[in-house]
Amino acid sequence: MTGKEYRTITDVKGPLVFLNKTEPVAFGEIVTLRLTNGTIKNGQVLDTSDDMVIVQVFEGTAKIDRDAGVTFMGDVFKLPVSTDLIGRILDGAGRPRDGGPEIVADQKADIIGAAINPYSRQSPHDFIQTGISAIDLCTTLVRGQKLPIFSASGLPHNDIALQIARQAKLKGSDEDFIVVFCAMGITAEEYNFFRSDLERTGALESAVLFVNLADDPAVERIITPRLALTAAEYLAFEKDKHVLVIYTDMTNYCDALRQIGAAREEVPGRRGYPGYMYTDLAMLYERAGIVKGKKGSITQFPILTMPGDDITHPIPDLSGYITEGQIVISRELHQQGIYPPINVLPSLSRLMGSCIGEKTTREDHKSVSDQMYAGYAQGRELRGLVAIVGEDALNERDKQLLTFSGVFEDKFLRQTRDEDRTIEETLDLCWELMSSIDTKYLVRLDQKWIDKYHPDNKA
Amino acid sequence: MSNEGVIYRISGPVVTATGMRAAMYDVVRVGDEGLMGEVIELHGDKAVIQVYEDTSGIRPGEPVLNTQETLSVSLGPGLLTQIYDGIQRPLPTLEKEMGVFITRGVDADAFDLEKIWTFDPQVTVGDELVGGQVIGHVQETETIIHKIMVPPTVSGTVKSIESGDFNVTQTVCVLEDGTEMQMMQKWPVRTPRPFQQKYAPDTPLVTGMRILDFLFPLAKGGAAGIPGPFGSGKTVTQQSLAKYSDAQLVVYIGCGERGNEMTEVLDEFPHLIDPNTGKPLMERTVMIANTSNMPVAAREASVYTGITIAEYFRDMGYDVALMADSTSRWAEAMREISSRLEEMPGEEGYPAYLSSRIAEFYERAGRVETLNGDDGSVTVIGAVSPPGGDISEPVSQGTLRIVKVFWGLDAGLARQRHFPAINWLNSYSLYPQSLDQWFRDNISQDFPEVRTQISGLLQIEAELQEIVQLVGSDALPTDQQLTLEVARMIREFFLQQNGFHEVDAYCDIHLQYKMAKAILSFQDAAKSAMANGAQLDDVVNVPSRSDLMRGRFEKGYVDVIESMVDTMTAEIADTVEEN
Repeated sequence: MTGKEYRTITDVKGPLVFLNKTEPVAFGEIVTLRLTNGTIKNGQVLDTSDDMVIVQVFEGTAKIDRDAGVTFMGDVFKLPVSTDLIGRILDGAGRPRDGGPEIVADQKADIIGAAINPYSRQSPHDFIQTGISAIDLCTTLVRGQKLPIFSASGLPHNDIALQIARQAKLKGSDEDFIVVFCAMGITAEEYNFFRSDLERTGALESAVLFVNLADDPAVERIITPRLALTAAEYLAFEKDKHVLVIYTDMTNYCDALRQIGAAREEVPGRRGYPGYMYTDLAMLYERAGIVKGKKGSITQFPILTMPGDDITHPIPDLSGYITEGQIVISRELHQQGIYPPINVLPSLSRLMGSCIGEKTTREDHKSVSDQMYAGYAQGRELRGLVAIVGEDALNERDKQLLTFSGVFEDKFLRQTRDEDRTIEETLDLCWELMSSIDTKYLVRLDQKWIDKYHPDNKA
Repeated sequence: MSNEGVIYRISGPVVTATGMRAAMYDVVRVGDEGLMGEVIELHGDKAVIQVYEDTSGIRPGEPVLNTQETLSVSLGPGLLTQIYDGIQRPLPTLEKEMGVFITRGVDADAFDLEKIWTFDPQVTVGDELVGGQVIGHVQETETIIHKIMVPPTVSGTVKSIESGDFNVTQTVCVLEDGTEMQMMQKWPVRTPRPFQQKYAPDTPLVTGMRILDFLFPLAKGGAAGIPGPFGSGKTVTQQSLAKYSDAQLVVYIGCGERGNEMTEVLDEFPHLIDPNTGKPLMERTVMIANTSNMPVAAREASVYTGITIAEYFRDMGYDVALMADSTSRWAEAMREISSRLEEMPGEEGYPAYLSSRIAEFYERAGRVETLNGDDGSVTVIGAVSPPGGDISEPVSQGTLRIVKVFWGLDAGLARQRHFPAINWLNSYSLYPQSLDQWFRDNISQDFPEVRTQISGLLQIEAELQEIVQLVGSDALPTDQQLTLEVARMIREFFLQQNGFHEVDAYCDIHLQYKMAKAILSFQDAAKSAMANGAQLDDVVNVPSRSDLMRGRFEKGYVDVIESMVDTMTAEIADTVEEN
C-alpha cells in the first residue's frame, strides 16, 4: 500500500522532519521523501498522532524544504532476505553497493526483530577455537555468545577481529562461519582493510557486508546493525548456518543515537546519551544466541572504541552489562609491541564455564587458566611495588612471579597475525611457562594435573 | 464517555487515547491487536497508556478498550515451577502460541485453569471466616502445601465447603451471603497485600555463603542491596542465593537482564537439589524473566508481579525470598517511560519519584503476622548495576537509604578472581544485633565474638597493607607478618567460595563457625610457637595447614575439620623444637 504524497512539512530539525498530515500513519512506518530537485530520501516514523508526525530521515535532511513531498509506505522497515545475500556488499540502508543486482527476496523480514523467548533459548556450550591463546585460554568464546572487543583509537582491534573471523572454528570440525560484517561510520581505509583481508582469504564469498562509512549519513547507522542482524537471523534460523556477526564501531552507532535524541529534545542521560540506550543496545546484542529446534546460531563480535580509554564511559559500560563478557585491548601492551595486546585481567567470558573441560577442550583447562591468570595478576601487581622498593626487597616467590608476568606477555600473549594455535598447543605452552615457577607456589593447580602435565613429570 | 476510545498518538511504548473513560492504572487493550497496556497519566479526556508490547505498525484511530481492572496477578495452585514474563504470561505457553520469537497480541492464562488439584478443606460449615483465613490445603509440589486463603477483603460464615478434586476456577466454598470462593484469586500488583503487623526480624536467612552468613547476615524479612559493576558477580551471587538460601519459597525476577542467563537458570534449576529439603529446587521456585530486549513497560511491571506473588506465599505462613536482578533495569524502565511522558527529570534523567518507588518496593519486604495469625516473611535481595560501578548514582543511593544490608561487589576483587567479590571493608549489615541471640542459641555461644575477631583481623590487615605497599612486607615485625598471614587465610580459605564447586558452593552454618574457629586456632598456635622461638616461615608452611585449607572441597569436611585443626596445632608446636 502506497499512500498519497503529502506536502505538509512544518519543521525540519537535525535529522528530523515534522509534518501535519491527514490520514493515520503507523508508528515505525517507512517514509519516502521526494525533494524539489528530484532526490529521493528515506525515513521512518518516530512519533505519530492525529495532528503531527515526526519522521527520522536516514540520509540527512540536507536540501529538504517545505515543498518536499512525503509518502508513507504503509509498512514498517523490512529487509528482503534470501541466500543470495551471501557474498554481497550492501550499503547501510540495505541497497547493493557492489554494483550487483537487487536482492531477490525469499521473504521480507522486519528489521526490528522480535525478542527470543528466554524459555526457547538453548544454552550455548560449543567451544569456538579462535587460535589466539589469550582468548582461548582466558576468555573462551562460545557459539551463540556476544563478546565485544573493548578497544580504543589507534589499537589493532580490527586485526584481532579479522584474525578471529579467519581462524574461528569449532574444535574438531571444519564447519566455517558465515561472517556478517556491519560497518558503522568507519573510514573508507578501514573498510578497505576489512574487505581486502576477507577477499584475500576467500572469506568474502561466504560473507555479507553492510557498510555505512564515515561520510555516509549518521542516522542511517541506526538501521545498519538491524539490517545485519536481520540477515544473520535469516541465515541462522531459517538456513541453519552458523553466523558470526562483527560490527564496528559501536561507538559511532551510539553517537548517532545521541544525535537523534538531541534533535528530538529528549531528556539526556549520562554524557548526553539517551536514557533508553541500554534497552536499545540490548535489542541488538540480545539477538545473539541459539534457539531450540534450530540448527544455526548467531555469535556476535561487536567492536567498540572506548572514548579516552575509559571503560566507565556509558558505551562500554552499558555494553558490558548486556554482553557476556568482554575482551579488553591494552594500549600499554600495544606500546610494548605485543600483538595481540589483550589485557586478560579485565577481560572476561561469562559463558566460559559451560564450554571448557574434559569433553570439549581439555580436563586441565580451568585449573591452568586460573593459575596463569593469578600468576600474571600477582606479577603485574608486583611491578608497582618493585618501582618503589626495588627488586631485591622481594622474596623468592614474588621474584618468580615477577619474572613470570614478563614471560606471560612475551611468550603467551604474543603471537603473529596468522598464527593459529590449537587449544592443546596453548595449554602445553602454559605448562611450559608455568614450570618456571616453583611448584609449591602454583596453588591453583590441582595436584593431579601437575602430576599429569607438568614438564618435570612428563619426561 | 464509554469504555472505548481511539488512539490519538503513539511514541514508542507510550500511547495516548482520547474519548475513553479511564482511571489511573486501569488495564486497557490497545489497537486492533488488543495489546495490553496500563493507564499512567490523564490529561483532560486524553489517557496516556504504557503498552507492554511492541507498538510498531499501530496507527492513530485504532480502538482502545478499557477493561476497568487494574494490573493484577492470578494467584492459586499452579504458580510454582512456572516461568513468566513481566506481566505473568507463562513463557512456555507463549512459545506454543507464537514460536521462539515473542510477537504480540497473545493472551495467556497464568497457569493451567483446567488442571485438577485435590482440595483438602480445613474449615467446616458454620465456621466464621475472616480475610486471609486458610480454607483448605492443596499439595502443590512434593515440598509445598499451597494453602487456599479467603481473599483479604472477604469475610463471612461458611455455608458449604467442598472436598476432593477441582480445578482452580470451580467453587470450593460458599458463604452465607452467597459469596463463592475458588482456589484462584486475583490481586492488583501495585497494592501491597494486607497483614496484621510487622515484626522485628530475629532469624537469619541462612544462605550457605560464608561471607554473607558470617560477616554480613541478612534476616528473614529483611532487605539487601547488591550493587556492583559488570563482571563482579551479581548474577552468580543472586543465583547462589536462589539455590541455597533456606527460604521455603523463592521468587526470582530476571529484570532487564541477559536471555542466556535466564536459560542457564532454567536448564540448571530442575536438576539442582535444595540442600535444606533434598528435593529439586524448581519445586519451590517461581521465575519471572523479562530480558533486556523484551518490552520495557513489562519490565517496569515485572518487579511488582514478583513481589505480589511473594506476598501471597508469605500470607500462607511461608518464608519467601525474592531476588530482583537487576533493580537498575527496572529504574531505567521508569526513566524511559518518564521521559516519553516528558516529565521534569530529577537526577541523571531519572524521574523525581524514583527514590520513593524504590522505597515502596523494598518496604514490601518484612516479617509479618499474617491476617490469619501466622508468621510469614518476604526477604528482598535486589541487585543494583551502577554505571561505571560508581554507587553515588541515584538508584544505588535510593537503595542504600532503605536497605539494612549492603553487599558491595568490587571489580578489583573480581579481577583477582576472589569470589564472591564482596568487599568486606565497605559492606555492612545492620542485623547482627537482632540476630546474635539466634546465633548464640543455635550455633555457638561465642559466635558473635568470633565474628568480631575475624572482621577485626581484616580491618587490621587493610591498615597493614598500606604500609606494605610502601616498604614491603619483610620490613614489618614478625607478629604483624603473622597477622597478614592469618588475614590471607581468612580471605583465601574462608571468604573465597567457589559457587560452581559441588561441595564448596554451599557451606553449612555450623561448618562456617568451625572454619572460623580453625583460623583463630592457627593464629593462637602460631603466636605461642613464635613466642617460643619458632620461625614464621616454618609455622606458616606446616603441611597440615594446606591440608586443612584444601579440605573444604571434600565431602564430610565438617566431621574431620576439628581433628585436622588438632594435627595442625601439634605440627606448629613441633616447629619450636626444630630450632
